[in-house]
Amino acid sequence: MTTRAFGEPIQRLEDPRLLTGQGRFLDDIGHGALAAAFVRSPHAHARIVSIDVTDAVDVDGLVAIYTHEDLDGRAGEPLPLLIPHAALTHGRTAYALAKDEVNHVGEPIAMVVATDRYVAEDVCARIRVEYDFLPPVVGIEAARDGELLVHEDVPGNVAAHMVQSRGDAVAAIEAAPHVLELDLAIERSASTPLEGKGVHARWDADDASLRVYTSTQASTSVRAALAARLELPPDRVEVIAPDVGGGFGVKIVHPWPEEVLVPWAAIRLGREVKWAEDRREHFVGAAHERGQLQHVRVGFDDDGRLLGLDVTVWHDNGAYTPYGIIVPIITTTQLLGPYKPGAYRAEFFSLYTNTVTVTPYRGAGRPQGCFAMERTMDAVAAYLGLDRTVVRERNFIRPDEMPYDHGLIFQDGRPLIYDSGDYPATLEKLKKLVGWDEFEAFRDEARAAGRRVGIGLACYVEGTGVGPYEGGWVKVETDGSVVAATGLTTQGQGHKTVFAQVVAAELGVPVDRVTVTTGDTRRFGYAVGTFASRAAVMSGNALATAARKVRDKALRIAGEALEADPRDLEIVDGVVRVVGSPSGAPGGSIPLATVAVLANPLRYAFDREAERATQFGGPVDYSKPPVAEGESPGLEDTGYYSPPRSTFANGMHAAIVETDPDTAEITILRYCVVHDCGTLINPRLVEGQIHGGVAQGVGGALYERMVYDDAGQLLNASFMDFLMPYSTEVPFIETDHLETPSPLNPLGVKGAGEAGVIPGSAVLASAISDAEGFAITRMPISPSDLFSLRLARESR
Amino acid sequence: MSAAEELYEVSLVVNGVPRSATVPARRLLSDFLRHDLELTGTHVGCEHGVCGACTVLVDGRPIRSCLQFAVTVDGAEVTTVEGCTRPDGELGHVQQAFRECHGLQCGFCTPGFVTTITAYLEENPAPTADQAREAIAGNLCRCTGYQNIVASVLRAAELRAERA
Ligand code: FES
Ligand code: FES
Repeated sequence: MTTRAFGEPIQRLEDPRLLTGQGRFLDDIGHGALAAAFVRSPHAHARIVSIDVTDAVDVDGLVAIYTHEDLDGRAGEPLPLLIPHAALTHGRTAYALAKDEVNHVGEPIAMVVATDRYVAEDVCARIRVEYDFLPPVVGIEAARDGELLVHEDVPGNVAAHMVQSRGDAVAAIEAAPHVLELDLAIERSASTPLEGKGVHARWDADDASLRVYTSTQASTSVRAALAARLELPPDRVEVIAPDVGGGFGVKIVHPWPEEVLVPWAAIRLGREVKWAEDRREHFVGAAHERGQLQHVRVGFDDDGRLLGLDVTVWHDNGAYTPYGIIVPIITTTQLLGPYKPGAYRAEFFSLYTNTVTVTPYRGAGRPQGCFAMERTMDAVAAYLGLDRTVVRERNFIRPDEMPYDHGLIFQDGRPLIYDSGDYPATLEKLKKLVGWDEFEAFRDEARAAGRRVGIGLACYVEGTGVGPYEGGWVKVETDGSVVAATGLTTQGQGHKTVFAQVVAAELGVPVDRVTVTTGDTRRFGYAVGTFASRAAVMSGNALATAARKVRDKALRIAGEALEADPRDLEIVDGVVRVVGSPSGAPGGSIPLATVAVLANPLRYAFDREAERATQFGGPVDYSKPPVAEGESPGLEDTGYYSPPRSTFANGMHAAIVETDPDTAEITILRYCVVHDCGTLINPRLVEGQIHGGVAQGVGGALYERMVYDDAGQLLNASFMDFLMPYSTEVPFIETDHLETPSPLNPLGVKGAGEAGVIPGSAVLASAISDAEGFAITRMPISPSDLFSLRLARESR
Repeated sequence: MSAAEELYEVSLVVNGVPRSATVPARRLLSDFLRHDLELTGTHVGCEHGVCGACTVLVDGRPIRSCLQFAVTVDGAEVTTVEGCTRPDGELGHVQQAFRECHGLQCGFCTPGFVTTITAYLEENPAPTADQAREAIAGNLCRCTGYQNIVASVLRAAELRAERA
């Protein structure tokens, strides 16, 4: 393997392990641990009258039963509200175990610890909880109505109300030649990683230290949260994300009740305790997203140029707001996509309901925003009788207007300023890829054969790489191998490969000599986490910085050894040499491994490398200290990257669908993606991210919904009834890309994790509307939904 | 219910090695493999027979180990993802194909795909792209969008033929 790995579609370094069953996911570790299971509320809204454990206590293998009363100190306090915001005037969080009241089905009430999970569940079944029922608030309409309350001290169920504006949108719309209004709706879905959450905790009483493995997207933050909750010094707490079986947002939330409770019990019992979430628990006890109602008012001119846009969003935040109001903030800012909206006003209400908490799911509010904007663009085009691509083109921010300041505040609390992007070029590519201009001929052909087809498109801009920072550490070992670490976590993105590519390129070593550790507080303590498509931007640049420092140091030391000016040296395939000289030329080169030996003057020899590094090993300049002033031993360094603001990736999707005139079955015939996420570190992995995102977008558009009944029961809390797409539901995905480097960071990368999912509902609604001849305003849409819509129109 | 559960000895040949453990009748095969034999390559994504992550081969046939009690397969030959390597421990044809085609991201669903595809190719050694898509239509993956898994099936068929 050569050092030219950056930008190459190399195979992943993590795969051999994962492919042979040698992965270490949460439930693969801690075989000797006690098992935890939870009694969860079967009711959406109730007061807890009593908890009776009489029948449970004599089950063989039971170790302990805990309820809220047992939680001492800060463990018994409400869980933290992670991202406070001035507009979040009525934030509420749950207790780790419910105290007095439950607010959604699935809320944990009691924790059972037993010798194995089967026994723990036996015990749970024998614990009797008596409830006083309260009327549940289910659905956004009921919440908005405000007659029934989720939290009795939150009037109107309004957790947050926020308005952002630029210019006077109301006046601009009044004055516009044309005005349209749209009512739109998106239902709930969820991240649904194939591996649920899970926690394993081990308390070492002799060392007074706690080690926690958790299936998280933010191990350093879990560590800080646990230290605070369990009242331990942070340096006595280690948190490690093992292999994580997908996250997609749900695992960014922390600490989950179980993340507090499992370590708390492990300390209390002095035993290892483990909990692995089962699928039903994940549906009712983790988090959902997406559910919104939207009202759009838009004013525009005869050419379809927007003059004013006024959007109101009612956002269902579920029972609690542990992650603040990030999702509706993103919806109302990222809604703008690649367009100049004229004057803009966005208002949202974040509302409580007696359902599972809402926290970010891949896309994090962007799919809903994209849906609102793209439905609006289609409506404007339809009204004026213009081609949908023409209306979009006319409203695009032009490349020469970059950087473009929207005059709003983004999710990171910083100005919403797009860094770069060429939207007209992206649209051109998409039109060519899908054959936009040739579609009418295809439609006619299909119609002649009795078939109904439609084409749609949707555009998005995605703020990626949000701060505040990430760090990286790089070390060259004395055998020439390189180890690196960053604090953020990995859930399948292939970070160990892309970060190795970054480090290898900077250091001039073969990529397979680089081993990267992520999400382990023992290896790197400062980090924020993996979300908002930020890992490649943040940790990529941080590791590049660290590697560059190591490189500089290596060249300095090698320069002394070779009696050469460091500026005349380069590192090729792990060997430092005079620029251009063939390596192996006598006196002209030195392996990086040897430089690592020289970088660490030793007193003791314990192996061959150490022997060469002892102070007594070779010729020494006695006029200098063994470690030069300002230097530290070893060939290693740390670097950080903190961006002034987010980068903005963009993309456009087009789909061709067929709708069955009789059965209303919806089939995707073509699905095309053009995306621009800046410089690509590994095109193969970026494409994989796009594929996965598109599959989730298709799922959210056509199949996935959370079906709550009026009592707040989730009726489809299994893979039997929640229709996650199989291979037969995901179309063949055609992709093309642009690379507009971000001017904001040295690598020029933007991040790609969420891109694929964002326009899913928007593009399919566009295509189905085109096939049917009327506007689709609610997603997801099933064949029976479409069938009912047709009937309703016929009977009008 | 303080009486201890009745235990049964279950003996299997797993990946060519005779293994046994004493377990209650209700022990799922998935838990038996993962927790009693500590072969954690087999994953559990739903425990209700829908995701396919727990698929193992019992006497060559793919089954969902979360739907089967360990006692019911006493005496059987079981192949798990750990046993889908070549005899020398190198990646088997399906595993190699996944690596080449980027057929996995988080890798949690992957063991179930590897076992399923291994069995499928024995039945249908040269599938078309459409057949490849059908072959994996009983397994869920939340990460990859399946594009590269379909490619992996086709590549695995090639590798299998080359290595035969
Ligand atoms: S775990 Fe067995 S099918 Fe999902
Ligand atoms: S690779 Fe993550 S679920 Fe398939």
